[in-house]
Amino acid sequence: MNRRFFATILAAALIGGATVQSASGEDKFIVVQSTTSTQNSGLFDDILPGFQETTGIEVRVVAVGTGQAVRNAANGDGDVLLVHSKPSEEKFVADGLGVSRADVMYNDFVIVGPEADPAGVAGGRDVVTALKAIAKGATPFASRGDDSGTHKAELRLWNAADIDAAAESGDWYRETGSGMGATLNTGIGMDAYIMTDRATWIAFGNKGNHEILVEGDPRMFNQYGVILVNPNVHPHVKAELGQTFIDWLLSREGQQAIAGYKVDGHQLFFPNANDGSS
Amino acid sequence: MDSFWSVLGGAFALVFALDPDLLEIIGLSMRVTLTAVLFACLIGLPLGAAVGAFRFPGRTLLAVILNALMGLPPVVVGLVVYLLLSASGPLGPLRLLYTPGAMIIAQMIIVTPIVAALTRQVVEDIDREYAEQFASLGVGALDRLLSLLWDARYSLLTVTLAGFGRAVAEVGAVLIVGGNINHVTRVMTTTIALETSKGNLQLALALGVILLLIAFSVNACVMALRASAVRAAYA
Amino acid sequence: MLLEASDLVFEAGGQRLLCGVDVSIRKGARTLVMGPNGAGKSLLLRLLHGLLKPAQGEVLWQGTPLTKQAMRAQAMVFQRPVLLRRSVLANLKFALSVRGLRGAERAEKIEVALAAAGLSHLAKQPARVLSGGEQQRLAVVRALACEPDLLFLDEPTANLDPASTAAIETLVLEANARGVTIVLVTHDSGQAKRLGQDVIFLQDGRVAEAGPASQVLGTPRSEPARAWQDGRLYLGANTRSINDRFRRTF
Repeated sequence: MNRRFFATILAAALIGGATVQSASGEDKFIVVQSTTSTQNSGLFDDILPGFQETTGIEVRVVAVGTGQAVRNAANGDGDVLLVHSKPSEEKFVADGLGVSRADVMYNDFVIVGPEADPAGVAGGRDVVTALKAIAKGATPFASRGDDSGTHKAELRLWNAADIDAAAESGDWYRETGSGMGATLNTGIGMDAYIMTDRATWIAFGNKGNHEILVEGDPRMFNQYGVILVNPNVHPHVKAELGQTFIDWLLSREGQQAIAGYKVDGHQLFFPNANDGSS
Repeated sequence: MDSFWSVLGGAFALVFALDPDLLEIIGLSMRVTLTAVLFACLIGLPLGAAVGAFRFPGRTLLAVILNALMGLPPVVVGLVVYLLLSASGPLGPLRLLYTPGAMIIAQMIIVTPIVAALTRQVVEDIDREYAEQFASLGVGALDRLLSLLWDARYSLLTVTLAGFGRAVAEVGAVLIVGGNINHVTRVMTTTIALETSKGNLQLALALGVILLLIAFSVNACVMALRASAVRAAYA
Repeated sequence: MLLEASDLVFEAGGQRLLCGVDVSIRKGARTLVMGPNGAGKSLLLRLLHGLLKPAQGEVLWQGTPLTKQAMRAQAMVFQRPVLLRRSVLANLKFALSVRGLRGAERAEKIEVALAAAGLSHLAKQPARVLSGGEQQRLAVVRALACEPDLLFLDEPTANLDPASTAAIETLVLEANARGVTIVLVTHDSGQAKRLGQDVIFLQDGRVAEAGPASQVLGTPRSEPARAWQDGRLYLGANTRSINDRFRRTF
């Protein structure tokens, strides 16, 4: 009886102990602090294997909201920052935390809502008009409320519509304080309008009876930027490997990989590294 | 949305189709959790037994603290461990953040108070029975501690199971300190959270069913072991 | 005297449970501690063995204050045997290991103890599936295996059938014949007559009477000991026993 008891415990210990070694492994990897939209849409899963094959560099993606990604990177917990909130990104570089910022790609935001469309916004192109209609009818609107890039973009649009949405929080304006996917799940459950990036929406598996109602407004343009975390601030940053990744993203090869990622025939991200001024 | 039953059916289909990625995730889950529980037991069992068996100043306070720590919110643990392991934190040079090691540390912190507090209760009960006999035999402190732990071993298996259950189901802390990095720190619970956020409820539920099956098997094995012990009057 | 105690006082929960008890245990003798429930017999045993510390008074082992070392020359058997959740063999092994015995020497002592208790065929059994009588025999031989100079037994046969009781008494008498001093708490008049040499009779935390068994059990001088002999419940010098009331009514 005693022997069997020991054997059982020992077996459990050995299985557990095996993990400690496998935890470290080779050192040729970088940590990219990025957003849920890039991960949830499946973009990284699609393009990263190609990058690793050519360069031998493993890219470890931590996908959180833009706000948290920026804070994590500021702490030095990442080599590369890839997010979508230009003001935060520019501040990150201005503060000396990042080396420089480059445009990578864009997608756009859309307003999704229930088929029934109680606010009557379907088919519109003007996002400000749509938001005003939603606010006027006090129809439920689910917001990320998590300081993410999407949340910040949404707040800029409410601002443009001259509506103090935060004042209505808890009434028709519902802040989930969660990621895009969780907010979609919640918003769909309460028949609310939701602003989401198109990529996440197309790849989203639980659309319910929601559909895209407002799209195409240039103000819903969603630019992604990439920044190398400053190795002068955080000496352990793998600047060389990180720069290799950034260079690849901005190269013809990387841009083609981004353009080539499709879900159900839809292209989700549009590379624009070489269009802009930055 | 699909009906509940079709989702459940899809879940079982996935369970029996075990693909390599899924196996990797299950494997990492088990390794992280078992290691965390192992270390939690190495600390929690002697600590709980000492608090249960010995009389010393502050003993009651320590017991209260251990009981209170059982309710530690995982996200708070995750944040604290993140701040410690962050490159800007005191343990940053260890480079443990976003590795399974960080997840093990977080789970260990969550599980250790559970193991210690429940062990204290179990050992205190046995000690009440043994104390006079041990004193009469002149058993030393260390022998006493080890004997109490050994004689409580089957009850302590249940204690360990409680810790295992908490660790294997934990998501808040490992998400923060592990980062849910594919092929590196992605475990069952963080995958479930990810698939839920992608709206893949069927896949998320399927993973949940697998997690449940694993927890069920582990519990069944331990309970069977314990039942045979009860028949032999060792428990 | 092997063991002496003077003016032992013990208090718990604001109550004085032993008030000024004097005890002398002769080396090699069989001393019985008797008295009604609540008289403080088990308490006295624990104080003499050193499991409890008196609030007042002192226990002297061979003329010097009781120490942990002296406790190792004593052993105790409890009313409900305290057996480890292990096999019969492992229970004996544990007690002997505590005394620093190892290897062949230990194995030999275990064999002797098992044979003495008639438990050799049950050595591999879990101790806790044994019958009450077997468990108590194991507890007695486990205590004796440590080769104490003095063995305390706290109502060891209170829960046992007559045959098991006789077996325990045999083990006790054999040990005594080898020179082990015996201090035994009992309620059983028959057992008292069979085993008793000296008797300490307690009533309400005081020694009511102490002396040779023939005197305390045969011609008691104290009222409490007399009441016990008559099978009456002693309620104090000025109160009639409940048993008297019973007899008068019917």
